[in-house]
Amino acid sequence: MGMAADSEFHVLAVDDSIIDRKVIERLLKTSSYQVTTVDSGSKALEFLGLREDDGINPNTPSVSPNNHREVEVNLVITDYCMPGMTDYGLLKKIKESSSLKNIPVVIMSSENVPSRISRCLEEGAEEFLLKPVKLSDLKKLRPHMLRTKIKSHNGKQEPEELGMPDEKIGFPSPKQEEQQQQQPQSKNNKRKAMEEDVSPERTRPRLNGITTMV
Amino acid sequence: MNQMAIAALKNQYKSFVQSMFDEGVLDNQFSQLQDLQDSSNPNFVDEVITLFCNDAERIITEMNRYLNYQNVDFSKLDSHVHQLKGSSSSIGAHRLKLACVNLRQASYERNKEECVEAFNSIRHEYCLLRSKFQFLMQIERRIVALENNQQ
Repeated sequence: MGMAADSEFHVLAVDDSIIDRKVIERLLKTSSYQVTTVDSGSKALEFLGLREDDGINPNTPSVSPNNHREVEVNLVITDYCMPGMTDYGLLKKIKESSSLKNIPVVIMSSENVPSRISRCLEEGAEEFLLKPVKLSDLKKLRPHMLRTKIKSHNGKQEPEELGMPDEKIGFPSPKQEEQQQQQPQSKNNKRKAMEEDVSPERTRPRLNGITTMV
Repeated sequence: MNQMAIAALKNQYKSFVQSMFDEGVLDNQFSQLQDLQDSSNPNFVDEVITLFCNDAERIITEMNRYLNYQNVDFSKLDSHVHQLKGSSSSIGAHRLKLACVNLRQASYERNKEECVEAFNSIRHEYCLLRSKFQFLMQIERRIVALENNQQ
């Protein structure tokens, strides 16, 4: 069933609320992921091996994050709004970093604001989850992590079971509506992450969403 | 005999939680948390409750402080309410969450009098919730004690 594979996945959870960290940690561990929790965006960047000013000046050779980062992080799940870093600031920093931009980022928020959701997705978030996050919400995470694993193993064998995304989402978001409408791939491909994991006879991993995004 | 006592306590726990659902004190999110508790994490609910109460009391104390100033810093107040609302939502403290929404509204309107009223409501809901949580945790601990005695 692929459960052994799940424990290879390491999720970094970022939230300034101690209760939310506790809950998300339990949710993730119950889903068989390895978890690290931090309470701020800057600690998240530190854990990822990125100093806050990396990636801004392309002329400065940034210290190779791989020297600092001992653990591979397969997904970052973060609260939208935390003190100390502007809204979706962590998301932007990750996506602007040459070394980190392929790490899938999922945003959590207690507020269902359509413009916020769209903005996060446009900035490169894979998913937007409404708090309080449920166990069933976490099923959405796996396809994103699998996709990056496939990429890093250079298109080796397809994983056997990627699982269909859950039918009921719970709140309307531009991302979900797009999936249901089966948009052609030329549109914002990241939003279609979920529906990529369907056909087992694909001969190459469909990474259009990542490679075409500049 | 212990088996019967344990069963009776478990029923008591279940009924009491149900009454909290019925009264709207708790919502489905609390069930989600209960579902996350298992033999490998037998104290999860207790731990979350404890974290929540400590955090809530800290925030309520802060809010009280802000409201006692002549000139209320509504934006600081709001950020505290936002935190408490978030925690309440995460633990399933439904009525407390609603009380937070009211305080956010009053704070947004910069109406000190209404803020004080809304804050009192928060304090009331929190005290009610805390005493019910304490009761639950007492039952839980008795169950654990009896179960440990059997080993």
